[in-house]
Amino acid sequence: MDYFIELFFSGLTRGSIYALIALGYTMVYGIIGLINFAHGEIYMIGAFTALIVSTVLTIYGFPLLAVIVLTALAAVIWAASYGYTIERLAYRPLRSAPRLSPLISAIGMSIFLQNYVLLAQTSDFQPFPALIPEFDFMEPYAHIVGSSDLAILVVSAIVMILLTFMIKFTRTGKAMRATAQDRKMAMLVGINVDNVISITFITGSALAAIGGLLIASHIGQINFYIGFIAGIKAFTAAVLGGIGSIPGAVLGSFILGLTEAFATGYVSSDYEDVFAFSLLVLILIFKPAGLLGKATVEKV
Amino acid sequence: MLSFKDFRNGLMVTLWFVFLTFPLLVIKINPIEKSVVWRWHNMLYVACGTFVFYVLSRLYLARKKEQQQKIKTGIVEDKVAWSAKLFSEPKFYIPIAVAGCLFALAFPTLFSTYQVNIMITALMYVVLGLGLNIVVGVAGLLDLGYVAFYAVGAYAYALLNMHFGLGFWTVLPIGGLLGALFGILLGFPVLRLRGDYLAIVTLGFGEIIRLILENWGEFSQGPSGISNIARPGLFGIDLSLEMSINFMYYLTILMVIFTIFVVNRLQDSRIGRAWFALREDEIACQAMGIDKMKTKLTAFALGATWAGMAGVMFAAKTTFVNPASFTFLESAIILCIVVLGGMGSIPGVIVGALVLILLPEYLRAFSDYRMLVFGAILVIMMIFRPQGIISTVRRTYSLKD
Amino acid sequence: MIFSKRMLSILAAFALAAGIASNASAAETIKIGVAGAHSGDLASYGIPTMKAALLVAQDLNEQGGINGVKVEVLAEDDVCKPEVATNTATKLVSENVNVVIGHICSGATKAALPIYRDANIIVMSPSATNPDLTQSGDYPNFYRTIASDDAQARTLVDFATDTLKVGKIAVIHDKGDYGKGLAEFVKSFLEKDGKAEVVLFEGVTPGAVDYSAVVQKIRRSGADAVIYGGYHPEASKIVSQMRKKRMKTMFLAPDGVKDDTFINVTGKNAEGVYASGPADVSKNPLTKKFRDKFMATEGAEPGAFFDNGVTAALALTNAIAKAGTDSAAIAKVLHTETADTPFGAVKFDETGEPIGIGFVVYQVKDGKFVTVQ
Repeated sequence: MDYFIELFFSGLTRGSIYALIALGYTMVYGIIGLINFAHGEIYMIGAFTALIVSTVLTIYGFPLLAVIVLTALAAVIWAASYGYTIERLAYRPLRSAPRLSPLISAIGMSIFLQNYVLLAQTSDFQPFPALIPEFDFMEPYAHIVGSSDLAILVVSAIVMILLTFMIKFTRTGKAMRATAQDRKMAMLVGINVDNVISITFITGSALAAIGGLLIASHIGQINFYIGFIAGIKAFTAAVLGGIGSIPGAVLGSFILGLTEAFATGYVSSDYEDVFAFSLLVLILIFKPAGLLGKATVEKV
Repeated sequence: MLSFKDFRNGLMVTLWFVFLTFPLLVIKINPIEKSVVWRWHNMLYVACGTFVFYVLSRLYLARKKEQQQKIKTGIVEDKVAWSAKLFSEPKFYIPIAVAGCLFALAFPTLFSTYQVNIMITALMYVVLGLGLNIVVGVAGLLDLGYVAFYAVGAYAYALLNMHFGLGFWTVLPIGGLLGALFGILLGFPVLRLRGDYLAIVTLGFGEIIRLILENWGEFSQGPSGISNIARPGLFGIDLSLEMSINFMYYLTILMVIFTIFVVNRLQDSRIGRAWFALREDEIACQAMGIDKMKTKLTAFALGATWAGMAGVMFAAKTTFVNPASFTFLESAIILCIVVLGGMGSIPGVIVGALVLILLPEYLRAFSDYRMLVFGAILVIMMIFRPQGIISTVRRTYSLKD
Repeated sequence: MIFSKRMLSILAAFALAAGIASNASAAETIKIGVAGAHSGDLASYGIPTMKAALLVAQDLNEQGGINGVKVEVLAEDDVCKPEVATNTATKLVSENVNVVIGHICSGATKAALPIYRDANIIVMSPSATNPDLTQSGDYPNFYRTIASDDAQARTLVDFATDTLKVGKIAVIHDKGDYGKGLAEFVKSFLEKDGKAEVVLFEGVTPGAVDYSAVVQKIRRSGADAVIYGGYHPEASKIVSQMRKKRMKTMFLAPDGVKDDTFINVTGKNAEGVYASGPADVSKNPLTKKFRDKFMATEGAEPGAFFDNGVTAALALTNAIAKAGTDSAAIAKVLHTETADTPFGAVKFDETGEPIGIGFVVYQVKDGKFVTVQ
């Protein structure tokens, strides 16, 4: 039973990590129907910015708390700026282009950003400071849940609640949902669709940056390539839950994380990804729009 | 031509990019020794680069707008795109095709072995691109795991050659058939998914195949791969390295011609038209009495057949296979070929493959900046020509009165 | 008879001289090809070797080159992909390189070697450890300046069973060419020796965001020690998570982990980790010289396989200085005469494995790799 609980918590940690990245994917997809392959790179840039800012601040002797707050702020600001710029540069001109063109543009952007960071910084793995301290009260449970696991779980939960609140109850959220449902109609009722799309990218990127910060300080190292693998997995999670649906992305992430943890624990980690992708295929065969996605009926 | 406002905007954009690139380009940290290097000169480069680029793009857009204005007011006639003209009129495309063929035939005598070698790679991607074009361009099914079928073909040759000593010519059709078989196996359950769901499932399938090859060591020798695969034989003659590369080159050329021939015929066939119809409107297509499932499945299987055969050629060319050659990035590159070249257009895909595969090779001059430039080119190409380099010419009938 | 023999030898000498002369006139420089991953996710393993070759060439050219001929380095990227590696190899061959340093990954090396073999070019890898490369006999033109996987596995297994005397061992690998190959050797040696039990044999996915599930599995297996096959990024994550979960299981790893980056990245959790690697050479003046040069130009510590890269470059240039650019002559020198390198005096056995590079086990103590006696 202990073993089960241990695996369960490691699945939860994984799941919340995926969720933070998957939310960005699902929001962008929901609103413009684009698989934003560069999203993983935004997560990586968020983590790198955090590393740079925290190192600089530590060198100039800021206290730990200030370092954490300023680092988080910088990561969010810069990642959001990158998200905004990418949308303006690489996706907005393609709004009316054939469906696959923005996808290729996204792949190109992803390759570009990876190499940009590789050249601007380094190809080596860099140690990432443990910004999340070890909590004393967690010591008796350390063999099950670490302090950083707990921090990730708590922060993800808070972020997700805030996001749901924003989407459900604010004006911007309403505008987002309207744009997602029908872009032309939204335009007709006076919503500035371009702005809404920009805000979506900014929010998604900010979430990815928070993810990057938490995960990097949990894992303790980063390089320019971390965005790619995490991105693919998060995207899988988003599709699993029904892409475009925010609760779906969260649910999909946890299911994916738990599947991987239990597959590793009870079968073998050799085939951990095979389990993850097989689960995806199975679920989509029985629910073609994902777990919480709405199956749209096409009308003529 | 450029107003003051343009320059003011240019300044704003420049400031924005200076801000954007500030932490990553200006600050270089060494987290171990806790030291920082400030690279202010990079900021200057970014500022100058952005400003120049902005002004140039403004100029381009202004000219384009002017042109459109003229077309609208009837001063200048709207020109038919040169590419469309080129491939719709026999008097243009026949000489081009003949010249292309002659050049292709003379290629090995004109250029070095290295050039021939990368040309083989590029031509194999032409085959792959044309295969995927059936699935994505013609039938409109987004397949992100195309590389799985490529892997099936490559491993089919590697394993059959290793265990049973089967030759290239025997395995080439087997590879194609195996590809088709896997295409049907995958296609059967997933083809009722639509659009991007299909994309992610095929992506997953591609990863599953790669992971199995990686982990099932008894079957595939795992990540260390299979080496010393026989090159294709020519009636048992012992070929030197250079000769066998040239031989491989002509083989690939033959393969490309065969592929173009078949794909071209397919597009004009009953099933080809069904694919086009399916891409345009599934519901209308069903209403016309086309079996949706069967049509999609044939597209998937035929696309996979070419991937399987290309895989066999790949294994024969590199004489070594391991799972690292069949990652998602490979699928993405093949998809880029199809989209960048022009979806559904055969000359487009050929040009796309040649550009995308030869470009990184010739960009080696940029060394470190190679992939950076490659990514940027993908984005820029899509922005300026979203329909691809050579867009398809829709079949049109004009009624004469 | 005597006369004809003499004639022959004179003729041969003439032929040789002519050969060398024609070679020298054809190429005004001695071209050293460097092939490896210079971009992509494995760039950090390829770039240090490229820099090493450049530094050695620069050093030689400052002294007037090899026998008065300048050395030129042609670096080509293969992204560690077999299919790109064949293009890289053909390119280097068509540029008439005299010798090649590379490739970095075993897979790419295997794909590229037939091309060099047919062109009769000597290849020396600083990092390709796959045993087949030397043991299969398929690649007589191949040399390396690193120990093969089976030799390392032997060292680790002997150390675990004889020195540490552990009874239960978990073998973990990264599913890669290098890691899994090594782990399989470890497993088969352990099973053959019968001194310790293999309680777990698993591969982890490189780049995954979290390894706690596999760490829990190691704990449950009751292993006294983990032998890991793979590189430092994953090793670092696994060790950190083990220590965070308060596990005191010993951790043994091969030279892919014996890299200062591992200690820097893992921090205090790295304490106590064992890693095998080439004998400590930091006091060797040659090692110091090139490391300092690297520091001076790049402002950072050289990365993985830098010393191996320098060794390969020095061994090859030394052989060229003694034998000219004929491959057979270079091979003879490589086999018979030692070269001064960062690893000491190195020559090569008939299969191409290095002789003279000592192999020891280190332990991390106070943030440094310290040799274990």
